[in-house]
Amino acid sequence: MAALDLVNIRKSFGATQILHDVSIGLADGEFLVLVGPSGCGKSTLMNIIAGLEEPSGGSVSLGGRDITQLPPSERDVSMVFQSYALYPNMTVERNIEFPLRMRKVDAATRAERVRAVAKLLQIEHLLQRKPRQLSGGQRQRVAIGRALAREPRLYLFDEPLSNLDAQLRLDMRTEIKKLHQRLGATIVYVTHDQIEAMTLATRIAVMKGGVVQQLGTPYEVYNRPANTFVAGFMGSPRMNLVPARLAGTDGTLEIAIGTEGQRGVRIALPAMPAALNAFSGRDVLVGIRAEAVSLAREGAAAGSMQRMIDARVVVIEPTGADTLALLDLGGHEFTARLEPDAALQPGQDARFLIDVAKLVCFDPQTEQLIA
Amino acid sequence: MSERSAFAPQRVLLYALLVFLAMLFLLPVYVMVANSFKPLDEIRAGDLMALPVQWTVEPWLAAWSTAQIGVQPTGLRPYFLNSFLLVVPAVIISTLIGALNGYILTQFRFRGAAPLFAAMLFSVFIPFQIVLIPMAKTLGLLGLAGTVKGLVFVNVVYGIGFTTLFFRNYYAAFPPELVRSARMDGAGFFGVLFHILLPNSAPIIIVTVIWQFTNIWNEFLFGASFSDYSSYPLTVALNNLVNSSTGIKEYNVHFAGAFIAAIPTLVVYVLSGKYFVRGLMAGSVKG
Repeated sequence: MAALDLVNIRKSFGATQILHDVSIGLADGEFLVLVGPSGCGKSTLMNIIAGLEEPSGGSVSLGGRDITQLPPSERDVSMVFQSYALYPNMTVERNIEFPLRMRKVDAATRAERVRAVAKLLQIEHLLQRKPRQLSGGQRQRVAIGRALAREPRLYLFDEPLSNLDAQLRLDMRTEIKKLHQRLGATIVYVTHDQIEAMTLATRIAVMKGGVVQQLGTPYEVYNRPANTFVAGFMGSPRMNLVPARLAGTDGTLEIAIGTEGQRGVRIALPAMPAALNAFSGRDVLVGIRAEAVSLAREGAAAGSMQRMIDARVVVIEPTGADTLALLDLGGHEFTARLEPDAALQPGQDARFLIDVAKLVCFDPQTEQLIA
Repeated sequence: MSERSAFAPQRVLLYALLVFLAMLFLLPVYVMVANSFKPLDEIRAGDLMALPVQWTVEPWLAAWSTAQIGVQPTGLRPYFLNSFLLVVPAVIISTLIGALNGYILTQFRFRGAAPLFAAMLFSVFIPFQIVLIPMAKTLGLLGLAGTVKGLVFVNVVYGIGFTTLFFRNYYAAFPPELVRSARMDGAGFFGVLFHILLPNSAPIIIVTVIWQFTNIWNEFLFGASFSDYSSYPLTVALNNLVNSSTGIKEYNVHFAGAFIAAIPTLVVYVLSGKYFVRGLMAGSVKG
């Protein structure tokens, strides 16, 4: 296992720049998830780490050693591919030991490693089968087994769960997380699924247009998104982004959503980042997670970090675990995640509590977090 | 539902037509086989279509081991061997080179790959006659003129265009992740080819082998131009058998000889014809 350092990685194909100065430092044993919509450059970045593509600039170091110029086979990195890439002409056993065979590891050690890996992944009974005789989940395990057998310093996972059906995807996600905890391996994992990113990562790099929009822990990325793109991309339902006007002075700042008298609301802010003062009297985008809103019970009082607002319910969507309510908040649509038994009807006016500790503001021009 | 019945009038007509066409195609084969088992007198008596009255294997034995080929009464046997010594290495070498070319043209993006492939493809359309004189010169320079090795060389060179075409189209549709994975797993240039690509190339290998085998086995012009009496392939020997006149034309021996020459290609087709069609389709559709 080893630390990974990406410094100013650039990549262009002709005039098209795919990656712009990507720098990510990853400590030993971290689980980094590269997440973003398709075409954001996350797979290109992974291929550069693997050595399958050459960067146009910048450097890749693994465990303090510069590996930018090394061929993929000498990087001590193994990869699990989206299509599993199992060799169809070889049995499961041969597949798993292939990287060892290529490295001229002796037969006894090979057999030992295959046995250990097969036991770990519970595929011992499949060793003599060919890949075409396996189900999707089994193939996935074999692909992971082949990556493990080599005991590399870094694992790469390229959308490994996207070919599995929904239930199996959840199971394998947990398996991968367990595996990470057990091995303490350094992992880079590419996905376009933000839930996978949240559940697996110790750190997330949200990418768009070849630029890292935010690099942070799942908590940071979710609760303090660096810009409106991250706010909208991470989380389901997406973060509510509502245009509002900021008024008042330090300590007494408040935001106004919509027009007073026409269902407009005012929310007094607690002590917030000083940078926010500069926006007094100007427009901001207010970001509030759906679960930062709750239904105010009869006679409930707002806590120190809560504010009471009135809104009209437009649509109710029960999901079982909770109920999503689409609200009209000062003329803007706003989703709230409420308790499953919330007794609300469409068209009804109701009173809600907003947790202002979870409220963030963005500059409407730059779309960056005001922090 | 009457169209579905095997005995509907249209069906009967269709089958009758097919049977008629098949017979038309098989007629020459019938004539060859029937007459190869007749004594010469029966052929001279006139009826080529009749079955032998007196069956004899004498013409077959003669064609195989005693018939006059040019000046020597060796039969086709030594030339049959020559053809094998020519075909086996020529097929193996041209197939391997085709696989190597296909691998390089598809897995390594280098400048000029497309024009290079176009040029190799163009070689497929060059008629044999055009290369005769330059090839004779080349063989002379290499010291391979008049040898089986020289013929192997000529047929390999001529076959590379075809084999490259086959393998390039097959490998263009080969899952790139397998190759990437093998590279990460530590396979080098030849490791990828021998461990990953070739073991998963059975259909296209079969197509290439059948194609090259039949072409080289049946090839006459290069054989006639670049070999001498010690290295004649079977096709040239067959021609000599027919043209070596000792006064009487031994048609029964000629028929038997022609059939002997056709047996290996027939065997190859019967054994792997279905793969041939399948492989050709795969290459053409996916490439």
